[in-house]
Amino acid sequence: MARLNLILLAIVVASALSAVAANHRARNFFVELEHEQTRSRQLDVEWGQLQLEQSTWANHARIEKIAREKLQMRIPLPAKVISLEAAAQ
Amino acid sequence: MKFSKSPVLAQAVPAWRARMVLVVLLAGFLTLLARSLYLQGFNNEFLKVKGEARYERVLEVSATRGRISDRHGEVLAVSTPVKSIWAIPEDAKLQPAQARDLAHLLELDGRELNRKLASDRDFVFVKRQISPDLAEKVAALNLPGIHEQEEYRRYYPGGEVTAHLLGFTGAEDAGQEGVELTFNKSLSGKPGSRRVIKDRRGNVVEDVESIKPPQEGKDMTLAVDDKIQYLAYSNLKQAVEQNKAKAGGIVVLDARTGEVLALANLPTYNPNNREGLIGAQLRNRALTDTFEPGSTMKPFTAALAIEKGNYRYDTLIDTAPGRMTIGNATIHDTHSNGLITVAQVIQKSSNVGAAKMALSLPPEAMWTMFDNLNFGTPLKLGFPGEVGGRLRPWKRWQAIDQATMAYGNGISVTLIQLAHAYLAFARDGDLIPLSLTRVDVPPQSGKPVFSAQTAHEVRAMLEMVVGPGGTAPRAQVPGYRVAGKTGTAHKLEGGGYVNRYVASFVGFAPASDPRLIIAVMIDEPSTGVYYGGEVAAPVFAQVMAGALRTLGIAQDAPVRPLQVANAPAAREEM
Repeated sequence: MARLNLILLAIVVASALSAVAANHRARNFFVELEHEQTRSRQLDVEWGQLQLEQSTWANHARIEKIAREKLQMRIPLPAKVISLEAAAQ
Repeated sequence: MKFSKSPVLAQAVPAWRARMVLVVLLAGFLTLLARSLYLQGFNNEFLKVKGEARYERVLEVSATRGRISDRHGEVLAVSTPVKSIWAIPEDAKLQPAQARDLAHLLELDGRELNRKLASDRDFVFVKRQISPDLAEKVAALNLPGIHEQEEYRRYYPGGEVTAHLLGFTGAEDAGQEGVELTFNKSLSGKPGSRRVIKDRRGNVVEDVESIKPPQEGKDMTLAVDDKIQYLAYSNLKQAVEQNKAKAGGIVVLDARTGEVLALANLPTYNPNNREGLIGAQLRNRALTDTFEPGSTMKPFTAALAIEKGNYRYDTLIDTAPGRMTIGNATIHDTHSNGLITVAQVIQKSSNVGAAKMALSLPPEAMWTMFDNLNFGTPLKLGFPGEVGGRLRPWKRWQAIDQATMAYGNGISVTLIQLAHAYLAFARDGDLIPLSLTRVDVPPQSGKPVFSAQTAHEVRAMLEMVVGPGGTAPRAQVPGYRVAGKTGTAHKLEGGGYVNRYVASFVGFAPASDPRLIIAVMIDEPSTGVYYGGEVAAPVFAQVMAGALRTLGIAQDAPVRPLQVANAPAAREEM
C-alpha cells in the first residue's frame, strides 16, 4: 500500500513539473511569435517607405528631365519608327 | 511536582465551560469558512479585477490606411508612421543649452520654441510629423517634459500631378477629397485592441483575448495609368501657361473598358504641403465645373439626324448666306459655307448647318438623346461635388433653344460627361459606365444610344475634322488615324455671353479601332488665340501620341508628312 502511494506521489510530482515546464515553453514561444509579428509590421512599414522612395526617384518629371538634359535623349521622329508585325501565336 | 498531580486538576469543573470553548472555536471556524466562501464564491469580481490589474494590459493595435496604386502597381499614396513631439510646459524646464539643441534639431526658431514652452496650457505640440530618425535623436536628448507620439502621415509621390484625382486626407487620417474621400470606407483601417498578460520585464507573455481585431485598410488599384497621367498633366500645364489661360482640364478614357486613365486639372496644388491653399486650386474642374461645350456637341446632332432617317452623311444642306433667323434671333457662321454635306457641316463646324438639322428633329427625340448620353445628370463616379450640368426639359424648348443646343449653346456639361458621351462614337454607338478603379473584365456592350452604322459614319466625319480643310489639323498624330471635334464657346457671365472663351477638343484614336478618348478644355486663353483647334487640339495630339506609344497600340496609318498640320485650319463657328 505504502509503495503504491509513493509511486503515485512521484507521478503527481512529475506531472506537475512538466505542466510548469510546458507553460514556460509556451510563453517563450509566444514571446518569439510576438517578436516576429512586430518585425513583420516593421518590415511592412519599411516596404511602404521604400515604395515611396522608389516612386520619388522614379518621378516622371525627374526622369524626363534627366533623359532630356543629361542624357540628351529625344523622342524619335515618326518617320524613323518602324513597326513590326507581331508573329501570330 | 508533576503537573498531573496538581491539586487544581482535582477540582471539578462544570461541563459547560468546556462546551463553551468548543462553541467559540467552532464559531471562529464557521466565520472563516463563510468569509472564504463569500470571497471565493459571491464577491470574487473585485479581487479578480485587482489581480488582473497587476499583470493584464489592454494594448491598442493600430491599423494603417490602405495604399493607393495605379493600374500597374505604382504607388500613388501611402501612409507611413511619423512622430510628433509634444510637451507638458509645466514639466519642460529646459536649460538654455538644451532648448538650443532641441530647436536646432527640429529646425525651429529658438524664440518660437520658448514661446511654446512658456504657454500655460497643459499640452502643446512642439513639432508635428517628423521622421522617426529625427524623433530618435530628440529622444536621445532625454529632456524633461518632452514626449513623442506616433502618428501616420500620408504621402503622395505624384504631388501636383495626381492631386485632384487622389484628393487628400485630413486630420485623423480621414479622406477629404477625390478618391481618398470616395473610397474612404474601404481605405481607412479601424484600430483594434487586445488584452494580454505582461511579465515583470514588460514582455507580453500571453494573449488573453482579442477585444476588437484591428481592420487594416484595404489597398486600392485605380484605373489610372501613371505615365499617361503625367503626360496629360505636363502637356496641359504647358498649354495653360503658353495661352495664359485661367484654368484647364483633361480626361483620358479607355474606350473598351470605360476606365479613367488620366484626369488632371489646373490650377492644382501639392497634396504633400497644403499650406495656403485656395479654393480655385482645389476645384476638380473636370467633374465639378460645367461649361457650354459649343461645337463639340454638333456630332451628336448629326448622329441623331442620320439616325432618324432624314439625313445621310452626304445629304446637302444649304448654309448660305451664313446666317439664319429663328423667331427674333439670328444665328451666324463667320462666313458663308454655301451648299455643303452633313459631313462638311461637322468638318467646317457650321452653326447654320447644325441648326437646320436640329430643327428637322422633334424636340423630344433630341432631349432623349441628350439624356441617354448622360447630360444633365451626374455620372455618379462617387466624387465629391460632381455635377450633372444643365439640360432643360424639352417641353419648355423654343425653336431657338433647339437650334442653339445643336451647336452646344444653352446646354452645359462637365468635361468628363463630354468625354463619356464620345464613347458612343468610339464604340459601336453604345455607352458603358466609367470606372475609377481597374476593370479586369470589360463590359461587352453597354446602353445603346446610336446604331453601329451611325457611329461609324460620324467617326468618318470626325476624321475629316482633323484632316486638311478641317478645324483641327493640329490634332493629328503621326502614324495614327485620329477623329475628334473642336469646340470654342463664348463664356456665359451674368446672363449674357462675353468675349472670353472656353476652347475644347474631344477626340479618339486610332480611328479604325478606337482605344483612347481624350477630352481637353482650356478656360479663358488670353493671348489672342482661343480656337479649340489651336489651343486644345495640340494638347490632345501630344497626349494621344504619348499614350498610344506607351500602350504599344499598333499604328493604323502611314506616317504622313507633317506639313499638312501646318496648313491653315478652317475657322470654327461660335
